[in-house]
Amino acid sequence: MNECSVLIGGKAGDGINVAGQIIARIFTSLGYYVYMYYDYPSLIRGGHNFSMIRACTHPVGAYRSEIDILLAMDPTTLRRHQTKCKPDALIIYNSDTVQSDTGSGVPLKTIVEQNKGLAIMENTAMIGALASALGMEWDAIASIITHEMRKSTEKNLDIARAAFQLQAEKKELRRIGESPGILISGNEAVSLGLLSAGLNGYIAYPMSPSSGILHFLAASSHETGIQVFHPESEIAVITIAEGMAYAGAKAAVGTSGGGFCLMTEALSMAGMAEIPLTVILAQRSGPSTGTPTYTAQSDLHFAIHAGHGDFPRFVFAPGDSQQAFEWAGHALSLSWQFQVPSILMTDKTLAEGLYTVPPEFLQAHPPDSVLVTEVREEYRRYQDTDDGISPYASPPLSGAVIKGNSKSHDERGMSVDEAAPISAMTLKQMKKIRFMEEAVSQLNPVHISGNADSDVCLISWGSNAPLCREAAQTLGIKSIQPIVIHPFPEQEMHAAVKDSAMTFLLEDNYSGQLADICEAHGISINIRLPRFDGRPCTIDQLIENLRGRIK
Amino acid sequence: MTQQLITDAQNTWCPGCGNFAIQHAIKDVILRLESEGIPREMIVLVAGIGCHAKMADYLNINSLYTLHGRAVSFATGICMTNPDLHVICCLGDGDTYAEGIAHLLFAAKRNVNMTVLVHNNRVYGLTGGQVTPTSPTGYHGKSNPYESTEISFNPLSLLLSAGCSFVARGYTQRQKELTELIYAGIKHSGFSCIDILQICATFMNKTKEYDEQTYIPDDHDPEDFDAACRLVREYPYTTSGKIALGVVYREKREVFHVGTPYKQQEYSNTELFVRRFIDGRR
Repeated sequence: MNECSVLIGGKAGDGINVAGQIIARIFTSLGYYVYMYYDYPSLIRGGHNFSMIRACTHPVGAYRSEIDILLAMDPTTLRRHQTKCKPDALIIYNSDTVQSDTGSGVPLKTIVEQNKGLAIMENTAMIGALASALGMEWDAIASIITHEMRKSTEKNLDIARAAFQLQAEKKELRRIGESPGILISGNEAVSLGLLSAGLNGYIAYPMSPSSGILHFLAASSHETGIQVFHPESEIAVITIAEGMAYAGAKAAVGTSGGGFCLMTEALSMAGMAEIPLTVILAQRSGPSTGTPTYTAQSDLHFAIHAGHGDFPRFVFAPGDSQQAFEWAGHALSLSWQFQVPSILMTDKTLAEGLYTVPPEFLQAHPPDSVLVTEVREEYRRYQDTDDGISPYASPPLSGAVIKGNSKSHDERGMSVDEAAPISAMTLKQMKKIRFMEEAVSQLNPVHISGNADSDVCLISWGSNAPLCREAAQTLGIKSIQPIVIHPFPEQEMHAAVKDSAMTFLLEDNYSGQLADICEAHGISINIRLPRFDGRPCTIDQLIENLRGRIK
Repeated sequence: MTQQLITDAQNTWCPGCGNFAIQHAIKDVILRLESEGIPREMIVLVAGIGCHAKMADYLNINSLYTLHGRAVSFATGICMTNPDLHVICCLGDGDTYAEGIAHLLFAAKRNVNMTVLVHNNRVYGLTGGQVTPTSPTGYHGKSNPYESTEISFNPLSLLLSAGCSFVARGYTQRQKELTELIYAGIKHSGFSCIDILQICATFMNKTKEYDEQTYIPDDHDPEDFDAACRLVREYPYTTSGKIALGVVYREKREVFHVGTPYKQQEYSNTELFVRRFIDGRR
């Protein structure tokens, strides 16, 4: 095998996500790039969870339709996923609870009981069996288990060893070199990107699939020293964050669509009062409560237009953990540079997916100081300037009165009703847009890959980008990913599709939201590829679909 | 330098409005704080939306003129970030007892170090005299011309239940006492809330009623929670009953804080954490 897809499944509460992460770790230790997709319903115990882990010789962010190795912790896993197995697939099942005519049975429960372990350690036994089937040396898997399981390490090693020795059937995967990078989820990448850009505070109310950021930043807050808080509602979240920004702290908030709906009045205030703020919008399927733990990309129009009134903003959509790290940092820095809200969009596929990233690609963006610290002339919070960016100061500033205002206001921040100052302030605020466009055009806002000379273009955004990159590479076509969605990188997008004879656009929504935006900017989309079942496309489905349509 | 405490903005409150008394009380308190060595730039006024909120335009101090009902929440962010600031919230009764009630009660529960002044005129003034949570039963505004069976909130009772560590009531016609209450609220370490009975000259002029019914109890112990509960029950925000003024309840409790306030944070800590995390995943 030169690539390998593994599916491990069991009940919620069985630790399937963690088991999947350790399997991903096994593959990177063998020198492969890995992508993991974690599928789970919205419940705490029971139900059916599974992780799909795909190892490749090239960077990867998509899974296959078929499985090379199926790891069945329970009967449901075998029943639901056996049909996805390739003819030569290896099935390893828990012979204490699963009956099967094919594959290797390993008595996981018995092994754990003999070693007086906890039920959750059946995963460890399964991992031991998998390592043996892959043809790993015991020392290699023992070192991974020791690294990943800091609690009850000896017991886990004993359990893994017992299963390792029992597993006879092989499905070998050659070690091809050193680990190509570290494994990092989209939510972790967003958190680290914000931290590396100088985040001072993160405020959020729990909501899948954004909660991972809150948990990560809360758990690490004793080391980072930043302020992390979970208040009574999303309205409190964004208003607290704006209060923090008024007082000088770089704050970010995170949520999903429903929570973002509640934030929109205050988002509009960030526009009027020119309060820097970063919103992480981790999309899930909607409308309304939708399917909390499944994916979608149906909030693009909403993000661009959220909040009443006209005001400038940034909307970014990274596609994998590397881009999520980089653009979370840009989102925070640019929102402060321009004193506008920035919205970083992810989705369930990216937020909770695990990607291999070479650590050298995770470079910090140290923050620039933007605060005014002394007053030379009368301080005016909303002073008109050539680029529309007013001096930013936070109290206390000796000799200055700092007036932030959600109402129409003059340069001092005093409310106004008269026509002339209303239009003057709107013009001042809108003056920034041209400079915002220039700033993002310096940051490679449109990512192009595959065959750059092809006249067939495949456009995608967010978590579909790595999927489309791989499909384009396979089919010899061009992949185009706008990472900056707003202000729309019109020049770069026109240049990218200049010679296109046929343009596809894949996105996880019904109406074709990015397709509409492209067309509004004069970019014809010949074939829209909508997906709206909560699941990302597999690479095989996409390639088959495109092959049938490319003329 | 900005010497004047009152800005040059044209004042648009109605003649006789209770807001003038509150404005002057705040002004006097700021001057007193300055005389004690607290510079003016250490004070931040946070306002909601309504007649009361024009205070942000009229007082020449740092201010954040926010959204209807949300001022306490913005103020919480300011307090978290810079605990050295003195944060005063001017709120309306429709503003904070209706739209923003959750933020008020949560800030009380958390004991966020701010002083909340509720300009309680018991009616929506700026939008045309509609009924608020503290309008007396039987009050008919333009939005409830026929029905009026709801009882009023007793805001002091609510605040006591929520754990407010400083509960007081003032009256705009007793300006000297009001000024003392605002000063005491600012000096209180933690969340202080002063419900200010304010007459609305246009829609709810209760001057006669308040003049007759208000009193300052001479034997009330503000550290006695049960006594405070009894005292606030005397007046359920109807039309009758004795209305006690002054500090109703006060206790010492740990002040809300989260992590490290931003000026004491060091970028090297987050940078090192990121590097350590990445190395730990290798």
